[in-house]
Amino acid sequence: MFYVTIFFQYVAQYMKTRLEYRADLLVEIFSDLLFQVVNLIFILVVFGHTEFLNGWSREEIIFIYGFFLVPYALFSSFFNIWDFNERYIVKGELDRILTRPIHSLFQIILERMELESLFGVVTGIAIMFYAGGELGLGIRWFDPFLFIVLVLGGVFVYAGIFIMIACISFWADARTSIMPMMYNIGNYGRYPVDIYNQAIRFVLTWILPFAFVGVYPAAYFLGREEWFGYSFLTPVIGAVFFGLSVFLWNEGVKRYRGAGN
Amino acid sequence: MDKYLEMIRIRFLMMLAYRTNYYTGILIYSINIGAYYFLWNAIYGGKSDIEGLTAVQMTTYVAVAWMARAFYFNNIDREMAMEIKEGKVAVELIRPYSYLGMKTMQGLGEGIFRLFFFSMPGMIIVAFIFPMEFSADGLTWLLFAVSIFLSFLINTQLNLLTGITTFFLYNNAGLIRAKRVIIDLFSGLLLPISFFPGWAQGVMQYLPFQGISYIPSMIFTGSFSMEEAYSGLLMQFVWVIVLCLPIQVLWVIAKKQLIIQGG
Repeated sequence: MFYVTIFFQYVAQYMKTRLEYRADLLVEIFSDLLFQVVNLIFILVVFGHTEFLNGWSREEIIFIYGFFLVPYALFSSFFNIWDFNERYIVKGELDRILTRPIHSLFQIILERMELESLFGVVTGIAIMFYAGGELGLGIRWFDPFLFIVLVLGGVFVYAGIFIMIACISFWADARTSIMPMMYNIGNYGRYPVDIYNQAIRFVLTWILPFAFVGVYPAAYFLGREEWFGYSFLTPVIGAVFFGLSVFLWNEGVKRYRGAGN
Repeated sequence: MDKYLEMIRIRFLMMLAYRTNYYTGILIYSINIGAYYFLWNAIYGGKSDIEGLTAVQMTTYVAVAWMARAFYFNNIDREMAMEIKEGKVAVELIRPYSYLGMKTMQGLGEGIFRLFFFSMPGMIIVAFIFPMEFSADGLTWLLFAVSIFLSFLINTQLNLLTGITTFFLYNNAGLIRAKRVIIDLFSGLLLPISFFPGWAQGVMQYLPFQGISYIPSMIFTGSFSMEEAYSGLLMQFVWVIVLCLPIQVLWVIAKKQLIIQGG
């Protein structure tokens, strides 16, 4: 309960600071939107030259992209730990975090949230409704609940991977560029995994399971039964990766010695 | 002139000191090229060519477009925004060189560094991983070299323009990001301009962006006829000249209304 109150207090505080500079906020949302539009244009232009992508139609690919945007937006709103090393370890900011009464990871999430990214949820859902309409997909009563579960699974997959990478800083304090690399690998999950070769598919499913953020859960809503097994695995993978990352985090914090005075 | 050459040298050496950062950079670009490689292969399916590009040419196109990006890409717009916001630009303005010229030279120093330590080794590495074909014709390589130099100029000019807008907007982080996204799409980095529907190509013909990535990449893959290559180069050159005008005009206005806070 304490965590919930504190969360909303931080949200309120965040809104106040951001609404102070409205123009800035609008431009940021706009440039996010532009980025999503560019990705859509890419898909549209590509499908001007082919009818199917390994058996997936244009609307299906657009739907997958729309789905991907939702967990991705939630992830980028709350898990901005890509600069964890510089910001918290090198500068010794983690000392301050550890004196706070709530869990250190939660404290960082609160401090670093970027709620404007949540706008991506709206875009994503709008894209899914458009593509779903074109495909004639229906919505059953339990679909919204499954949607939430699968989206959360995707968010936790993303969060788990990135927290684990952030944890590297507890053991090795050299600056690494693994973070930006992960963002790029994450893009692989936006397209059907069966266009990649076996090795990449394996990595995207079991090692860096980005496929569980886009194509696997989306396949459920597209009624692609051959992928259903993977679809329902999404929350499991999310829980496993997130659980593991929190465990690693706690171990890392125990080892943390501070960066000087 | 000497001082500008010195700036290129200094920036080059500065980059050299941090060269380990670039090994992962090559990996990141290779990952991106890989993603597009698989995607394009799926798009080609059984087709032998799309819009005159074969699948192998397409892979080469993607690879060279990304590796050339390492050369022409720079962050001088962001650096300028930073210097303007922090007021450092005031000191720069009283120094005995052209501020914009200095920024361009720094960008060039960075570009040359990345050409040798990023683009070239990167290109060799990806050529081992993915099927590609390189032209054996010396003239193609020469035209390509001229073309990417012009790409650098056009991209840098657009960066200067974006940077100068900081004088008027104070905070233009969003604009800088938007510009980058637009350039990625309209320059032909993500997909060749010839793949766009006709009307879009018609519009893009009148924009400077395709001079950044599309023209050099098409020359490199040998997808342009000699005639197209020359007219492409001419177009790039014209844009380099044309873009000087808005930069100069905005720069003069910006200097007049410059307000420095603190110091």
